[in-house]
Amino acid sequence: MFAFLANPARFMAFSAWAAPVLLAGALILFAAGIPWALFYSPPDYQMGDTARIMYIHVPAAWWSMGVFAFMVGASFVSLVWRHVLADVAARAAAPVGAVFAAICLVTGSLWGAPTWGTWWEWDGRMTSMLVLFVTYLGYIALWSAIEDEERAARLAAILCLVGAINLPIVKFSVDWWSTLHQPASIMRSGGSAIHAEMLGPLLTMAGAYLLLFGALTLMNMRSAIFRRRVENAELRKAQS
Amino acid sequence: MSPFAATFRRELALLWAGGGALAPLGYFFGATMLVPLAMGPDRALLEVAGPPLVWIAAALAMLAMLERLFQADLEDGSLDQMLLSPAPLELIVFAKGAALWVAIGLPLAIAGAPVAIALQAPLERVPLIVASLALGTAAFVGAGLIGAALTASVKRAGVLLALIVLPLFAPPVIFGASVASGEDVGAALTILTACALAGAALGPIAAAAALRLQAE
Repeated sequence: MFAFLANPARFMAFSAWAAPVLLAGALILFAAGIPWALFYSPPDYQMGDTARIMYIHVPAAWWSMGVFAFMVGASFVSLVWRHVLADVAARAAAPVGAVFAAICLVTGSLWGAPTWGTWWEWDGRMTSMLVLFVTYLGYIALWSAIEDEERAARLAAILCLVGAINLPIVKFSVDWWSTLHQPASIMRSGGSAIHAEMLGPLLTMAGAYLLLFGALTLMNMRSAIFRRRVENAELRKAQS
Repeated sequence: MSPFAATFRRELALLWAGGGALAPLGYFFGATMLVPLAMGPDRALLEVAGPPLVWIAAALAMLAMLERLFQADLEDGSLDQMLLSPAPLELIVFAKGAALWVAIGLPLAIAGAPVAIALQAPLERVPLIVASLALGTAAFVGAGLIGAALTASVKRAGVLLALIVLPLFAPPVIFGASVASGEDVGAALTILTACALAGAALGPIAAAAALRLQAE
């Protein structure tokens, strides 16, 4: 499938209908998942209705990491095979991943205020999510700071791979550090076995996020390709 | 002269001509001087907060040295010479990093001793703080090489460079500050050494890959 889509013309033909289909799928899943999660799923026996923010929070956390993994893959393809669509894909995915990470941080904070009694805790997972968010920002900033698109793409790809090495190390360091600093963490390990009635809406929301990511990334890619075509056309016009 | 020795000597000479460690040391002293002014001279508070703040100040002083690391080479054509040289670019970058560490990192680590004492760190912990800073600045140089190479062609790269490099500084800061605070020293010192070695090994590879693109 990737080899088929590697041709930009075929990609444009494919994404012309794939992007709206994915977007429609995402909207349908959100339309089903949000009421299911927020109204019809059972309240948590300890946290009551506040636990429902989990359905927004957890898929955002999953896919902020998933998007970064996607970008790492695209960056690898870009560096090894020098494929222009891989550059475009990595760049198009970055803002989506950054927003997912921001959603995860904000909803986590909103959830923490009533349940933990604090807006922010330097817990291992929160800190590594914050580092992931900053990594996204650095990646986007590097792309926009370098004018030559091709060079920006390769440099950003290197940064992405460096981040892929750094993030697991940060995750490990921060876990070590937070266990050292907070022996009595407020994050209890209980409630790990999730009830099936909660799993349904959670997976629906995760699917909705995934389709939304696909749709937004394809749309970003299309607009980047269109922009490049316009620039090339203007260049030709200026030369003639 | 071997390419490593030649680059190392050139870099040392350039850094020395540019004032050597004087400016970063002054930055380091100035930043740590503000700490008690902001927190108040409470001894008990400083004993806890001092060593980590020494670490933060050292990280920032190192960060401030990175912006021009490859920019000058790119502008005056030295980078093209490095690419033409038969020596691998990774080795040349490694030599530049080594020179930066010797000229700036080590003086910062040594200067960590008086600063830590002034911030009321217990005397018996001062050698540990100096050792942790020596290893930590090596890790910072490794991460900094990558950031400096990625932003070599960006004008006024300072903020972007910081944004790229600060997440890479997180692991050495965690373990270094842990050593400096005397918590779980053995394990933290081991992992800090690993950070420094990983920086020395991987930093030049990623930086060289980025520099090849910058010169195209």
